[in-house]
Amino acid sequence: MRSRRAAWWFVAPAILVIAVFFFLPVLAGFAMGLTDFDIYALSDLTNLRFVGLRNYLRLLETPLFWQAFGNTLYFVVVGVPLSIAASLGAALLLNSPLARFKSLFRTALFAPVVTTLVAVAVIWRYLFNTRYGFLNYALGQIGIAPIDWLGDPHWAMPAIILFAAWKNFGYNMIIFLAGLQAIPVELYEAARIDGASRWRQLRFVTLPMLSPVMMLVSILTIAGYFQLFAEPYVMTQGGPLQSTVSVLYFMYEEGFKWWNLGSASAVAFLLFLVIFAVTALQLRHAPRLGAA
Amino acid sequence: MKNGLAPILVNGLLAFAAAVVLFPLLWMLSVSLMSAGEASTFPPPFLPRDATLENYRELFAHAGIGRYLANSILIASSVTAISLILNVAAGYAFAKLKFAGRDRIFKLLLGALVIPSQVAMVPLFLLLKFLGLVNSYGGVIVPAMAGIFGIFLVRQYALSIPDELLEAARIDGANEFRIFGLIVVPLLAPIIVTLAVFTLLGTWNDFMWPLIVLADNNLYTLPVALASLSREHVQDNELMMAGSVLTTLPVLVVFLALQRYYMEGLMMGSVKG
Repeated sequence: MRSRRAAWWFVAPAILVIAVFFFLPVLAGFAMGLTDFDIYALSDLTNLRFVGLRNYLRLLETPLFWQAFGNTLYFVVVGVPLSIAASLGAALLLNSPLARFKSLFRTALFAPVVTTLVAVAVIWRYLFNTRYGFLNYALGQIGIAPIDWLGDPHWAMPAIILFAAWKNFGYNMIIFLAGLQAIPVELYEAARIDGASRWRQLRFVTLPMLSPVMMLVSILTIAGYFQLFAEPYVMTQGGPLQSTVSVLYFMYEEGFKWWNLGSASAVAFLLFLVIFAVTALQLRHAPRLGAA
Repeated sequence: MKNGLAPILVNGLLAFAAAVVLFPLLWMLSVSLMSAGEASTFPPPFLPRDATLENYRELFAHAGIGRYLANSILIASSVTAISLILNVAAGYAFAKLKFAGRDRIFKLLLGALVIPSQVAMVPLFLLLKFLGLVNSYGGVIVPAMAGIFGIFLVRQYALSIPDELLEAARIDGANEFRIFGLIVVPLLAPIIVTLAVFTLLGTWNDFMWPLIVLADNNLYTLPVALASLSREHVQDNELMMAGSVLTTLPVLVVFLALQRYYMEGLMMGSVKG
């Protein structure tokens, strides 16, 4: 009995903080998305009106919102497979019995994950510089004409994707590495006795055994990549021609530049719905992981 | 023949990948030591002609980077200290103490992990404005004083503490707080270090929320200040690289020193993230 009362002393402070500064705002955000909360309501709450779904309807008619959604989708659809492929490739190399200096290589490949996003985005903006950036210099060496990476609407998003893959692949690499190390050695021995080549071992032993990890990694990465914000904020400011405005960038400007807080809440809620739907869809195709 | 080539191929690819991945960071360091304008030439120089600390001096003397560094240190260490206490206590209680609604509350918290924090940002801003915390250190620190991920991490680790140990202490007449301080915390030491590193790096690197809640220049954290400086000084590559070094070097050093704990946390967190 005494310990029950004590238990509350242990959990209450943390629960209180999370309830007041997370759960309450989440619920309030849903409600705010149904109001016309703007700069006038910010100074005087009597200016606040309930508008039902009008924020959502107006957003669906706003071209920039659709562009932001399309840009974010582009980032997810191209960026996630690229990042995961890099993670898997690096993990397979690190897991090879032939690899030497494993922990050194692992640390080197993981380093970008712990760097400060804004700082490394500043570096990459310089690497991408059209005239004296290193990337165009390197491409010039193999005869490719300079590309206006961050100034050309066709290249800005690919540049950001390249940067994001560099920054993030190390995280999933570590998860894949753990998954690879959990595959029983006997499976490989059996495959070898059956005369399977290295390639066929990868195709028929490693990849199938890795599929639960693959599912986990893709769910986490997709959800994370939908939250694109700081990369365009630092590298392109959403440009050129709004080709790198992401949903969160749109929300940030809507809410904290124009102070349309009701509309910004609706944007955030829509983003949440999309992430939730994509995650649920993936889990439905992986009943095993869903049950675990 | 085939066996002779394979090790060269694997290690060669690894070395190449590591070189490509580390290149931007090494170049940042190199360019930060160049004199103004030196990096804006073609072909891009790899090493400074005469290494100079002029850019760093400039950042401290005229860009006020010392102030931002102090802000970042203050905010990151406060968040880490406070959230460690709250999360460790709660994580332990969810694992080992009995109270009404324990499992239901824990399930609710786990479910909420799928909600992206940005959903809460707009109302959180208004709430903090109402509390008078917008545009103050508190605006960044207070909402981060506890977190679901931290509670989860500690709970998973605390499950392995044997109940007999706690029971024996109770029979000896120790109260719950003594048990926590004298028995539980030492047993949880590894996960406490892991969580500390995670929180410290996460808070230090955080960008979007500090950008929203800190309007006053004097309160900026390093990432917010760097983003703002880099918009003003688009052409000053050497200066910006020095700013990037100052922003990201502290976290890289902490990571390298406590790498083992960080990696363990990453594995644990992703098992059921």
